Amino acid sequence: MTTEETATPATLHGCLLGDSRGQAVLFVPKSSYVSTMKKLVDDGYEMCADLTAVDFLTHASRTLPAGVSPERFEIVVNLLSLSKRERLRVRVQVSESDPSIDSLFDLYPGTEAMEREVFDMFGISFVGHPDLTRILMPEDWQGHPLRKDYAQGRIPVQFKGAAS
Amino acid sequence: MNPRESESIISAAAGTNEGNQELRSRSELTAKEVMREVGAVLRMSETDAALLAEVEADPGEDQTMIINMGPQHPSTHGVLRLMLELKGETVLRCKPIIGYLHTGMEKTGESLTFMQGGTNVTRMDYLSPLNSELVFSMATEKLLGIDGDIPERAVWIRMLMSELNRMSSHLLFMATNGMDIGAVSMMLYGWREREVVLRFFQKVTGLRMNHNFIRPGGVAADLPAGWRDDVMSILDMLPDRLGEYDVLMTNQPIWRERLQGVGVITQAEAIALGATGPILRSTGLAWDLRRDMPYMHYDELEFDVIVGSYGDAFDRYAIRLNEIRESMRIVRQILDRVPSGDYRIQDKKVTPPPRARIDESMEALIHHFKIFTEGFKVPEGEVYVAIESPRGEVGCYIASDGSPTPYRMHVRAPSFVNVQALPHMMRGGLVADAVAVISSVDPVLGEVDR
Repeated sequence: MTTEETATPATLHGCLLGDSRGQAVLFVPKSSYVSTMKKLVDDGYEMCADLTAVDFLTHASRTLPAGVSPERFEIVVNLLSLSKRERLRVRVQVSESDPSIDSLFDLYPGTEAMEREVFDMFGISFVGHPDLTRILMPEDWQGHPLRKDYAQGRIPVQFKGAAS
Repeated sequence: MNPRESESIISAAAGTNEGNQELRSRSELTAKEVMREVGAVLRMSETDAALLAEVEADPGEDQTMIINMGPQHPSTHGVLRLMLELKGETVLRCKPIIGYLHTGMEKTGESLTFMQGGTNVTRMDYLSPLNSELVFSMATEKLLGIDGDIPERAVWIRMLMSELNRMSSHLLFMATNGMDIGAVSMMLYGWREREVVLRFFQKVTGLRMNHNFIRPGGVAADLPAGWRDDVMSILDMLPDRLGEYDVLMTNQPIWRERLQGVGVITQAEAIALGATGPILRSTGLAWDLRRDMPYMHYDELEFDVIVGSYGDAFDRYAIRLNEIRESMRIVRQILDRVPSGDYRIQDKKVTPPPRARIDESMEALIHHFKIFTEGFKVPEGEVYVAIESPRGEVGCYIASDGSPTPYRMHVRAPSFVNVQALPHMMRGGLVADAVAVISSVDPVLGEVDR
């Protein structure tokens, strides 16, 4: 990176554009999440390949570009442009106190199952999702397994009618 | 409603003007409206559906019925459950319900070292385990910064195994697809041919499935003596057998009647739903990561991307059949090009010392012990790597905090995303065709539920 680039960090649609091992990463604030995604759809990112989340509870000191304040959760969206043959990763910080974010269902209907999975596994709710229910765990399950404070192997078996 | 200038890009390109009926740009279209219109997803929780089932049947003629297909149904490829709303024999709506095979593999992945991670991911897509291992290894290598230093021989072995795995996976599809449609003898043939490929895998990796053969840094072992002859015998055997499939199925009127025009999906739907692999290609879009975003040495090989034109179950069948042929073509080219050399990177950090050294050197023993108990540290960072598996784009997202275990390991499973296409394909079809549609998506439930 040259000095000029460090002076004015690269941006796309007003969001910080970073680089992770040669892959483009866009840091989008939660407030402008959907509006930025709309612009990216028009930029030619036709497909949402993947949507997932990370719980940074035990790794709060991670490296983020200046100007992005770390929160507990991060939504990670991997976009794919079939026409330009490019990928772009969007990372959005989601706070622990308000674990919710707008749904991408209107833009990418394929995120229906992925957002349900994130809701199921992390307890992050998606505003505007048509059917936000558990997808992998049983409907009456307590807790969100992929959170870092959900211990492995120490949870009593909880199935309908089973003695725990 | 006035057509806006910005919205007329599509029609301007085509030189037409549809006025008010003009297609709006996708970012402005409310997908929810579209989805509701086509009845894509049954917006009903299991509890609601149970309540509805208890309501007294409507005595009118236009009553509909909600039935469950699966999770224990011979044609649901594992434990996929479909909630179908039927009117007579017509499927009005369909909702896939998954999770019956969920074992928390992504959570497990967080406590396994990068060295052990392969044993976990290989069990996700159990029909193409080598592709899962490959994508996990490639993501780990990218984090380590050694993705460009993998020895040539290892890369070519990886490609060889990946393509053979594509063949075995598609052969199994031929078997199960035939079985689902009623061509039961096809089941035996498909399994028979797949077994020949698996026997080669057993010879190379020691296991028929769940190999943990492709590991960060290279592959677990070199190819055994005589591997070329074994591969050649597979390549010599298959063309005739595939020709028999053509006689048995492709050119057979009953087979065509059963599949053509069944489970149609449009290209726009497939892209919007994120469907990849044969489903996307069946709609006429030539999208194959091996060609379009090449990894390893696929850009040096000659092969065709097979596309369909109708997006129906027959296209998806024919694409897979011909992809076996293309994979054979690729394997033939690989056979001539596998160089000699190391089969894993000589980087002390990720590669354990050779077995013989352990008997002689205390340091080598300690090194071996450390690698297998503690693993190797991977620098902080996050990557997403995707490759073309037999079912579509399989991706691996790893976030590392600098420790020997991934902080978060997520696999973008093609089947998980592709299953969302089922409601679109089934809508308006016959319940008897539902079986053909599920089969044509070729979901692997181990990967759907992870």
